[in-house]
Amino acid sequence: MSTLNNAGLSVKNLNFYYGNFHALKNINLDILAGKVTAFIGPSGCGKSTLLRTFNRMYDLYPKLRAEGQIILNGQNILEPGIDLNMLRAKVGMVFQKPTPFPMSIYDNVAFGVKLYESLSKSEMDDRIEWALTKAALWNEVKDKLKQSGLGLSGGQQQRLCIARAVAVKPEILLLDEPTSALDPISTAHVEELVHELKKDYTIAIVTHNMQQAARISDYTAYMYLGEMIEMGETDNIFTSPSVKATEDYITGKFG
Amino acid sequence: MNLYARRRFANYTSLTLSMIAMAFGLFWLFWIMYTLFLHGSAGLFSLATYTQSTPAPGSQGGLANAIVGSLEMTFFAVLMGTPVGILAGTYLAEFGQKGWLGNSTRFINDILLSAPSIVIGLFIFEVYVAQVGHFSGWAGSCALAILVVPVVVRTTENMLLLVPTAMREAAYALGTPKWKMVMFVTLKAAKSGVATGILLAIARILGETAPLLFTALNNQFYSDMNSPMANLPVVIFQFAMSPYEDWHRLAWAGALMIALFVLGMNVLARVMLRQPKQH
Repeated sequence: MSTLNNAGLSVKNLNFYYGNFHALKNINLDILAGKVTAFIGPSGCGKSTLLRTFNRMYDLYPKLRAEGQIILNGQNILEPGIDLNMLRAKVGMVFQKPTPFPMSIYDNVAFGVKLYESLSKSEMDDRIEWALTKAALWNEVKDKLKQSGLGLSGGQQQRLCIARAVAVKPEILLLDEPTSALDPISTAHVEELVHELKKDYTIAIVTHNMQQAARISDYTAYMYLGEMIEMGETDNIFTSPSVKATEDYITGKFG
Repeated sequence: MNLYARRRFANYTSLTLSMIAMAFGLFWLFWIMYTLFLHGSAGLFSLATYTQSTPAPGSQGGLANAIVGSLEMTFFAVLMGTPVGILAGTYLAEFGQKGWLGNSTRFINDILLSAPSIVIGLFIFEVYVAQVGHFSGWAGSCALAILVVPVVVRTTENMLLLVPTAMREAAYALGTPKWKMVMFVTLKAAKSGVATGILLAIARILGETAPLLFTALNNQFYSDMNSPMANLPVVIFQFAMSPYEDWHRLAWAGALMIALFVLGMNVLARVMLRQPKQH
């Protein structure tokens, strides 16, 4: 049913190191196109680390290193020589805390688009409206597009960041605990948004909130101490997990 | 004495000591300003100070040529020093944060920051004034520019380092090349801080005397940048050292003028940093 420009990811024998610390241990999984995949697990288990390998965010820092394969569109993105900027244009990311740039709402959304496309004024206007509508923010900001993005509330800022990521039309959207800094109402907004967005995008989301994972994801992966304990359809994981550790975590006996 | 009373006592004691220390500091500042106003306000509020050039002893005159000279040399010093400072500070914060080149640049910049300004005056005297054979406004500007650079480097670097890492990551996550990230995101976020650094640099060089003694020297008249040039600090120095009463009056006026200007710059810098960050 998903027809747009989305793609899946295939992770094979992925190991990740912070210096000498072995943070991800032999991870194998598939992120299916057009689906929402949630990563759950206690703090420090490697969820965010894993997510940050998908757009090679870790490359910004020395001493971090990944081994193995992550296949996107038939290409191993961990290979040296990959154009990281092109990769990140295809694999968008939204972070835990809202990070609007110090510029107007309009320019925030246009920033990423301008990097890869040269649109006319009216095309750009349309794209901005489209992205802000996708992020369920258009109605709140349409009259103040020229105002600073920093003047918005936290929940609005986070949706602005989602609009900014969506505007580039990536194939995959990575959400790293996107609602952990938001109040329940803004959280509900963002969750509805994920539902809406998965029509067009492949989504991987890291969350500490298990109800959230249950509500919005198609697949759930439980991680612990750098290992992938169990992954499967969300309904199965939450109703009949096959591994005892997963059951303990989601029923609250542990974690 | 119970715990609560003891803490209250400790609180009052340290608060009192802090207030005394503050009063001690402010006392001298106000005394200085009071003295300056006492002797300088007559000259400061006289129109002739701004319309006439520095006089010969015993004749009518003002500080017009010195004011213009100071502003002109400061302007060109900032024009020369600021771009170098901003670029170097950006390099230190965004590109050479670690690594030997960044570290040694930072070290040398710190030396330059605390170098006695007379040394810089002598340096420009040797490499510029002695080569062309005469004092000039340009030489003065060059010496002042060397003083501007380290101040701007330091503030630019510090202000860029205050920009949260999350904002950089967000820019990278969109596929932004590094130079665009620096130009359009982090420098933009640090804009008011960098501008503050420039103001502080202006405040720093406005009262510098030593480097100008060896470079711009002085002039009784208006002059172009290629000739020796009148400026407030050197005029104050020469007039204050003289035995003439009317020269003293002008020296006080000049001193008050500089003090007020520096004060204004600092207040402005404060206000700019405090302003909510709008785009």
